[in-house]
Amino acid sequence: MIGISNIIFLIVAAIGIGLFVWQIRKIRKNVLMGRDLVLEDNPSERINKTLLVAFGQQKMFKRMLPAILHLFVYVGFLVINIEVLEILIDGIFGTHRVLGFMGPVYDGLMAVNEILAALVIIACVMFLWRRNVTRVPRLATGVEMRAWPRMDANVILITEIVLMFALFAFNIADLKLAELNGQELAGAFPVSQLFVNAFGSDAGTLATIASVGWWIHIIGILAFMNYLPSSKHFHIIMAFPNVYYSKLVPKGKFTTNPAITHEIKAMLDPSYQPPAPEVDAEGNPVMQRFGAKDVEDLTWKQLMDAYTCTECGRCTSVCPANITGKLLSPRKIVMDTRDRMEEKGEHPAIFRPNHYKEMGVERVETTEEKTLLRGYITPEELWACTTCNACVESCPVNIDQLSTIMDLRRYLVLEESAAPASLNAMFTNIENNGAPWAFPASDRFNWADELYLPSKN
Amino acid sequence: MEVNKKLIKVPTMAEMAANGQEPEVLFWVGCAGSFDDRYKRVTRAFVQILEHVGIKYAVLGTEESCTGEPAKRAGNEFLFQMQALTNIEVLNAYNIKKIVTACPHCFNTIKNEYPDLGGNYEVIHHSTFLQQLINEGKVHVQGGEAFKGQRITYHDSCYLGRANDIYEAPRDVLAALDADLVEMKRVRANGLCCGAGGAQMFKEPEPGRKDINVERTEEALATLGKGKGVIATACPFCMVMMSDGVKNKEQEENVKVFDIAELIAQAEGLTK
Ligand code: SF4
Ligand code: SF4
Repeated sequence: MIGISNIIFLIVAAIGIGLFVWQIRKIRKNVLMGRDLVLEDNPSERINKTLLVAFGQQKMFKRMLPAILHLFVYVGFLVINIEVLEILIDGIFGTHRVLGFMGPVYDGLMAVNEILAALVIIACVMFLWRRNVTRVPRLATGVEMRAWPRMDANVILITEIVLMFALFAFNIADLKLAELNGQELAGAFPVSQLFVNAFGSDAGTLATIASVGWWIHIIGILAFMNYLPSSKHFHIIMAFPNVYYSKLVPKGKFTTNPAITHEIKAMLDPSYQPPAPEVDAEGNPVMQRFGAKDVEDLTWKQLMDAYTCTECGRCTSVCPANITGKLLSPRKIVMDTRDRMEEKGEHPAIFRPNHYKEMGVERVETTEEKTLLRGYITPEELWACTTCNACVESCPVNIDQLSTIMDLRRYLVLEESAAPASLNAMFTNIENNGAPWAFPASDRFNWADELYLPSKN
Repeated sequence: MEVNKKLIKVPTMAEMAANGQEPEVLFWVGCAGSFDDRYKRVTRAFVQILEHVGIKYAVLGTEESCTGEPAKRAGNEFLFQMQALTNIEVLNAYNIKKIVTACPHCFNTIKNEYPDLGGNYEVIHHSTFLQQLINEGKVHVQGGEAFKGQRITYHDSCYLGRANDIYEAPRDVLAALDADLVEMKRVRANGLCCGAGGAQMFKEPEPGRKDINVERTEEALATLGKGKGVIATACPFCMVMMSDGVKNKEQEENVKVFDIAELIAQAEGLTK
C-alpha cells in the first residue's frame, strides 16, 4: 500500500543519495588532481591483502581492546546493513518487514542484529570514554587533533548510538504492537524482548514510536552517509580501495625518478638517447617538479591515503621522532594533505580543515604560502623523519605516510637546495670522496692492513 | 697447543679479474665499514670469519663508493642515482652476481633500489649469511662458553626489519651463542629506530625532549637490568647510536655494544 509517507520517503532518499553522489564526485576530482601512477600489477596479491587487512582487520589486532570494540562496530555495520535494505524496501513499497518470509533465517538475522546493535552501543560508549575521559594520548593529543577532528569523532560515535537506540525503539514498539494485536511478529528480538513494556500499551503511542524510530533510523542513515565525506569516518568506504592499491614492494624500496635517470645517463654517456619528454594537449613538454611542493605533485594514491586516514594516531604514537618530542607527526602529514587538497580543490559539504595559523599553534611555523609545503607542513617536521617505516607498519589502513614525507623532502633538496647545512656537507663529501664523511677515497681500503687470523697447529 | 697468526691478504676484485677468477661472493664493505673506526672492527671480524670458513670472496677496495643511500634518504635523488649508476657500472663490469654486506642501508639500497637502474644481484645481509654458515655447520661457535649466562638484547635495525622483513636471522645467530637472550619492549615490526636512519646520522636532531638513541638505549638498559650485558646490533648506524646512548647513560663499564659478526668471531676464537 503506497501512501503519502512512501512518497516522502522516496523524496528524502533521493535527496540523500543524490547529495552523496555529488560529494563523492568532488572527492574523486580532488584525488585525480594527483600525478598519474599505474597500480595494476599482481591483482591476486592485492585482493589477498584487501581481504586480510581491510575485511579481516588484520592490523587492528596489534592492540586488542580497540580491535575488539572496533570489530563489534564493524561487524555491526555490515550486518545491520541487511536490515537497512529491508527498511529501504519497506519505505518504498509500504511493506512491513518484507524479509519476514524467510522464517527462521530472518529470526536468526534479527537476533544477531539486536545483539550486535547492543554491542555497538557498548563499544561506542567505551570509545567516547577513551576519547573524552581517559583521553588515550594518541586520540587526544597533537596539534592536528584540534576542534574539527575531535568533534568529528564524537559526532560519529553519538550518531551511532542514537541510530542503534532508534532501531531498538522501532523493534520494541513493533513487538508490543504485535502482542496487543495478538499477532506473531516475524523475527526474534532477544534484546527488545527484555524491554517490551518500556513504552506502555497504548496502541497509538506505540505506532508513533515505531514510526518515529523507523524515520530516525532511515534519515539518520542518509544524513550519516552525507556526513562521511567530511569525516575521518570516510575510511569505512576508502579503506577497501586504499588497501587494494597499497605498496607491494619491500617497505625499504623508495621510488626512483626516471626523468633523473635519463638526465644522468645522458651526462655519463653523451651518445645516450633519452626518450622524448612527455607533452601536454598542446604539444608543449610537461615540466615536472622534482619532488612535491603541493598536492598536485603527489600521486593520486598519496591523495587517496589522505581520504582514508582514520586519524587514529597509531602512526604518530610509534613514530620515534614524535615519541621523543620532535615536531613531526605522521598523522599530521596525512591530515594536512587532505586539508590542503580540499582548500585547493573542492570540499565536501561540512568539512572544516585545520588552519594552524588561525589556531595560533605554537611551534608549527607555517607561512602564508598557499601550498602544502610551508603553508601546512614545515621543513622542521620533514627533517625529523628517520624513514624508519614504523608509521607505515602501524597504519591499519595501509597508508604510506613516509612516501609523502620523502617527496616533500625531495622538493626541498632538488628544487630549493634547502637541506640543512650538515646534509649539504654530506652531499659534497659523497660527490668528492665517494663517502658521506670527509675521508679520501684512497683510504677506503685501509681497514684491511695488518689483519690476522689465528691458526692453531 | 700454540696459537699462530696468519696475515690475511684481503683479495680485491681487480686482482681476481686480472687472474681470470670470480669470487663466490662480493663483500660490500660500505662507507661506515671502511671509515668508521668502530665499524672497521666489524668489517675485520667479518673478513676473519670469511677466511676461517674458506669462502672465496673479494672486495672492491678503493673501487667501492658510497651506494648513495644517505643522499637518497635526504631527498637528493640526483646524487643518489649518480652514485648508483656509477657503482652499477663497476659491479656489472666485474660480472658480480652475489653480494654480502654488513650494512642494512647498503643492503636495502642495492637489493631494492639498484634493480630499477640496471643493477640486479643476489644481495644478502651478513646476518642471513652468518645464519647460513651456522646452519651448515661451517661455524661451530666452540668458544660459546664466553657468553654463557650473559644477557644479550638485540636491537632491530629498521632497514633490516620493517624495511625487509628480516627479524629472525640475527636472532638465530645470537641463539648459537648460548647466551641469555632477552627482548626489549619494542621489538621486531614494532622495534624503535635508533635515530640514525633517513640521513639523520649526518645532522643534528631536530629540537625535542630527548634524542631518539637515548630513548632506545634506556629501553635496552631496562631490559638488560643490573650487571653486565650486551646490546647486539647488525647495522653500523645502530652501533654508533647505541654506543653513544650507553655513553650518555655512563654505562660503558657494564654494557657493551657489539655487532653480531663480532660476537661470532669472538665465540669462534678468531679475535684475541
Ligand atoms: S618513518 Fe618517519 S614519520 Fe614514520 S614513524 Fe619513522 S620517523 Fe616517524
Ligand atoms: S595514517 Fe594510518 S595510522 Fe596514522 S592516523 Fe591515519 S589511519 Fe591512523
